[in-house]
Amino acid sequence: MTSKRVGIESSLAVSEAVRLANVDVIAAYPITPQTHIVESLAEMVANGYLDAEYIPVESEHSAMSACLGSCAVGARTFTATASQGLILMHEVLLVAASLRLPIVMAVANRALSGPLNIWGDHSDAMITRDAGWIQIFIENGQQAFDQTLCAFRIAEHPDVLLPTVINIDGFHVSHVIEPVYILDQKSVDEFLPPYKYPHPLDPDDPITMGCFAAPNLYTEARKALDASVRASKKVILDTWKKYGDLTGRYYNPVEKYKADGAETILVTMGSYSENAMIAIDDLQDEGKKIGLVRLRLWRPFPYEEVQEALSAAQNVIVLDRAISLGGPAPVCSEIRAALYTLDKKPQVASVVGGLGGRDISPDNFKTLIDLAMQKLKAGETQEIIMFGVRE
Amino acid sequence: METLAIYAPKLVTASDYIASGHRACSGCGEVLAVRYVCKALGRNTIISNATGCMEIVSTPLPETAWEVPWIHTLFENASAVASGIESGLKALKRKHGYTKEVKVVAMGGDGGTADIGLQSLSGALERGHDFIYVCFDNEAYMNTGIQRSSETPFGASTTTAPAGKLSMGQHTQKKNMPAIAAAHNIRYVATSCSSYPFDIMNKIEKAKQIKGPSYIHILSVCPTGWRSASNLTITMGRLAVETGIFPMYEIEDGKYTLNFDYPKLRPVEDYLKLQGRFRHLTKENTAEIQEHVLTEFNRIRMLAGKKIK
Ligand SMILES: Cc1ncc(C[n+]2csc(CCOP(=O)(O)OP(=O)(O)O)c2C)c(N)n1
Repeated sequence: MTSKRVGIESSLAVSEAVRLANVDVIAAYPITPQTHIVESLAEMVANGYLDAEYIPVESEHSAMSACLGSCAVGARTFTATASQGLILMHEVLLVAASLRLPIVMAVANRALSGPLNIWGDHSDAMITRDAGWIQIFIENGQQAFDQTLCAFRIAEHPDVLLPTVINIDGFHVSHVIEPVYILDQKSVDEFLPPYKYPHPLDPDDPITMGCFAAPNLYTEARKALDASVRASKKVILDTWKKYGDLTGRYYNPVEKYKADGAETILVTMGSYSENAMIAIDDLQDEGKKIGLVRLRLWRPFPYEEVQEALSAAQNVIVLDRAISLGGPAPVCSEIRAALYTLDKKPQVASVVGGLGGRDISPDNFKTLIDLAMQKLKAGETQEIIMFGVRE
Repeated sequence: METLAIYAPKLVTASDYIASGHRACSGCGEVLAVRYVCKALGRNTIISNATGCMEIVSTPLPETAWEVPWIHTLFENASAVASGIESGLKALKRKHGYTKEVKVVAMGGDGGTADIGLQSLSGALERGHDFIYVCFDNEAYMNTGIQRSSETPFGASTTTAPAGKLSMGQHTQKKNMPAIAAAHNIRYVATSCSSYPFDIMNKIEKAKQIKGPSYIHILSVCPTGWRSASNLTITMGRLAVETGIFPMYEIEDGKYTLNFDYPKLRPVEDYLKLQGRFRHLTKENTAEIQEHVLTEFNRIRMLAGKKIK
């Protein structure tokens, strides 16, 4: 394996991965903070740097719809979006999963209207939770590059055939220039087999895709899809292992940072984890028994790994960058559910913060942890802590 | 047309690509039109179908009536899916040695075309994808129970624009979809009707020869929604054409040709009186419809370079 270390904006690193994957069709529509990805791909196609059909559709609904069509004839297919664009695609996202079309999508996560806000949080990803896509979160440009390549291998694997999304924090990752190791074409070709869809739309072997299911079959169809999403974990783990062996960068559904033996564990997802790490370093230097656990795989949800990572702790503090209006914060709700069946359950505090691009600096993380610890001590774990809000 | 009628049965393929045994209503003109469209398309076709009657009657899991590759995904996106299919095949040809010559076709009802699907259709026409769009216009959302669409004719009663003490039902004129399609500067636009099999097949044949988008708008008689006798489906379509209510024409590179003209159009009354959806209309309403039909028909005549009668 050879790779080149370059200073590159994370969005462009994603585009490089898409180029190396030699995609056949890109259908896309602009929206901040995703636009750099589709602009750079358009430029690659215009300059012959990537041989692909680029469909500049008239909406995200049509972007994802065009992806259904191209993927269904057996063309490797990519798109990218964010926020309003992602939720405009919603109807189509569910169909992509149910038709088992392995589309790969990058989402530069961004807040949802209203009020309109173009900055980062996870609202768009959370509202997409139940769509049947494999959903992966990354923390920096290197991971964005790596996971985009892995996504094609996972999605298109004959045992999987499910659409896959890479969630990339808007601005905080998408627009940041970082050193990234870009793989050479030969290594990518060895890692990523050519796309071969087993049942393409083909006049020589006509199939019907997208029948309706009456009550006598709908439950079975949904159950089968659910089983497939769950079963995809095996291929995800296998792909990450292969990628690690190739590059030395290993990935896991749940990743621990100085968490072994910690009494209190902070749980984060996405790029804010890197600020949290700095806070954890400082707090451990001060002798505090606190560690960090980062969730990478959001769907299929890694119950066993979450249990394994958190069961020994007394306290768990979960940070959500999304709000479920009138309900529990989404990531925390899943974590609580995963821990519920344990004999000895840690106490769980739920924090919502970093909405609409609001920063959580390493110092802020220390304050956040303090606040959460106070609530945990007082046994007030039902209430959601809105972090950094002006009352 | 006359000579063709003599030889035509020998010229038409016996092959069908939508099998009998589908669950359309008896007397359904739409499924008849789909059959002719498919005959003319032939086997080297991939169809992207919008949600609606034709999708529902043909594909209850685990059955299918389709003998060409066919995909249904949603209501408003048949054209966008077709864009992807066409682009995908192009990439496969260029990069992966794919050699088949396949015509991509998107189809939908009037709702899937003129209302909720208009944006994706416009996008696909404007981008110039090589595909045929066929609108099967039965003049309402029939699949969901006869709700009005922008293609429901003036005066018709539907479940969401019912005739009542204060309303005559639909109070707007049909949206001019062929003109909207033509405004995208595409090379071929045509209207046709489920009662004219050879006209449908000829027009599909023409559309197949076009490189780029083409649009065909087929009036499809719906006995259930129109409240007409199911044994009168062919008659109803002919009356729609012979009264001038539904003019049959082509727009080729912007040039109009009127395919069916008559020395004297039949009175609209002949058509309206056979349908329950128009039963509530007064003499004045009918007169208003008659006047509008003549104006519109003459407008098409003029566009086709004919003298106004
Ligand atoms: C987004 C969305 N809105 C509404 C519907 C419900 N719906 C399904 S088919 C249909 C009407 C179809 O009418 P048309 O396109 O005219 O075709 P027809 O059934 O008359 O052939 C409607 C309203 C839907 N499936 N999706």
